[in-house]
Amino acid sequence: MQTQHIVRSYDADLKYLASRIAAMGGHAERMVEQAVQALVTSDLGLARKVVEDDAVLDEGQREVDEKAIIVIAKRQPMADDLREIIGAIRISGDLERVGDLGKNIAKRVVAVTETQQPLRLFRGLEALAELALTQLKEVLDTYASRSTDRIQFVRDRDDQIDAMYTSLFRELLTYMMEDPRNITACTHLLFCAKNIERIGDHATNIAETVYYIVTGLQMPPERPKEDKSHKVMLEDMVDD
Amino acid sequence: MDIHGAGEGVRQRLLSARWVLAAAVAGIALVAIEAGADYRIAVGASLAVIAVAAFAPRRSLRERRAEREAEANRPAMGSITAEALAAAVSDPLVIFDRQAAVIHVNSVCAVAFPGLSIGTSLPLRFRAPEMQELIAKALTHGQPISIDYSEKVPVERFFRVNVSPVGDGGDLFAMIFRDQSEIRRIDRMRADFIANASHELRTPLASVAGFIETLRGPAKNDPAAREQFLQIMQAQTARMARLIDDLLSLSRLEMKPYLNPAERVDLKPLIEGVIDALNPLAEDSGVRIDANLGADPLVVGGSRDELIQVFENLLENACKYGRSGGLVEISVIHPGQQNGIDVSVRDHGPGIPEEHIPRLTERFYRVDVETSRGQKGTGLGLAIVKHILTRHKARLTVSSRSGEGATFTVHFPPPNS
Repeated sequence: MQTQHIVRSYDADLKYLASRIAAMGGHAERMVEQAVQALVTSDLGLARKVVEDDAVLDEGQREVDEKAIIVIAKRQPMADDLREIIGAIRISGDLERVGDLGKNIAKRVVAVTETQQPLRLFRGLEALAELALTQLKEVLDTYASRSTDRIQFVRDRDDQIDAMYTSLFRELLTYMMEDPRNITACTHLLFCAKNIERIGDHATNIAETVYYIVTGLQMPPERPKEDKSHKVMLEDMVDD
Repeated sequence: MDIHGAGEGVRQRLLSARWVLAAAVAGIALVAIEAGADYRIAVGASLAVIAVAAFAPRRSLRERRAEREAEANRPAMGSITAEALAAAVSDPLVIFDRQAAVIHVNSVCAVAFPGLSIGTSLPLRFRAPEMQELIAKALTHGQPISIDYSEKVPVERFFRVNVSPVGDGGDLFAMIFRDQSEIRRIDRMRADFIANASHELRTPLASVAGFIETLRGPAKNDPAAREQFLQIMQAQTARMARLIDDLLSLSRLEMKPYLNPAERVDLKPLIEGVIDALNPLAEDSGVRIDANLGADPLVVGGSRDELIQVFENLLENACKYGRSGGLVEISVIHPGQQNGIDVSVRDHGPGIPEEHIPRLTERFYRVDVETSRGQKGTGLGLAIVKHILTRHKARLTVSSRSGEGATFTVHFPPPNS
């Protein structure tokens, strides 16, 4: 928004949308962080707080949607303004989903901590969460600065997250095979890991939206890749 | 100068001249009595002397002029710019306006929060709910407020953040970040150290305790068994000592993960030194170390001791786990100032299965626990390497294929990035 509009309240509207997105982003980052922390430290109080906090994000998304629709109706935006507004709608949707995934992790804290779990179960999950959070932060920083220099890093990091997830998948399977009493906790942890991996995907989506807002072009299509956990089978594991 | 101040000055002057004045008055009284003059003349003369003492200037003209000049030359607050003042503040400082857009950042802040440039909207950069609230409150109330703020990624940092309005107009605000990370980290380090150490030390400790029991009981009178057990016990205690060394150096590194050392180091002699030191180990493992470092000096910014630790760990790992390959190569790939410097360590051993690669730098993560223990590994070597490289803004990449050995590449950024 380097240039100004003749109607100054139009600028104020666009600025308001951007600041709402930033606030939602902050909330989403905090929720994911606290959900994983609650999981690792078995902090049920913190988990409950995360679950309640999700309402803030839902409210934020509704607000952004309404505001965006009013701006479109009143100002008939064109070009980068229109992209800005549509981008805000999309990003708020992604952030709301990130919040849901964080909430889902927090909900599982009760089930995971029901039985005492060794710390090694959480180490990989913590590392995975750190990668996803770094990615989310970088993407939201990119949104704040409107520069596309670092967009490529976001995709590289997504590859790292997928590799880490696949590794974690195998590790958790091993624990389940070692001792069937681990199955409850490990299954929940598996879902938690999947949720974190999905958060990474949403961050990538946001990166693509930011790229579109800034350049007006779609981000160049990605080479085909995915996490390889769908190929992990019991037979491979037994061979190891 | 107000009247009270003037009175104070006169009193001071009279006080400092009290003995001279007393002598003068006594002299006048004596002369008046001797001469038999009217007592009123004597009183008038005394008052005149006191009045002169109270008001006549006592310093020379030159002295007074020098003083006035010094007064004029003393630097006044108005002579420095706001930028200079901000630059002198040793904590990150941001000046922002009513729209919460950045007006100025000092140089410390530019290092601590890269990406904060003039015009950036603060709530977009600091998205944490408490920061949003802080900025909103400061803008509406115009009162100084402080909060605690933490960032988790890329490195964990804790700040005490203070916002206060600047000047009377209320249009500009100053935000100062006081770094509290180190204090928090010392606490964390203590807790982590106890958790890790107790977990990892338990195994060797249990084995030592078991042997002591055997030595005092069943093997009491068996010299051959005693010798063998003592040997095992020595190996176990040596392992515990190594573990503690590694934990301590890791904890030291974690204290200051974001301070990048500024010394200039030539990697070439450094790596050659490390190879010399490791040659005995390599010979024991039946491995040859081949160095291909090129002819040019390889200068990077960093700390010599820490970089030695990096290459020691990488080469030691290559010798231990790649021993079946018989050859370890260390080479420089892009000796170009623009692209930075890549140093890679390659072994020809069994390689590392793909699923383990992303997690190698986690503490106590081992691909194969038994092999690692057999090779006197503590599970912390690569965690230390990663921490040191993060401090140097360098990256470690690992590539490997089963059966074809592994390559550990250290990428140093170009000097001025």
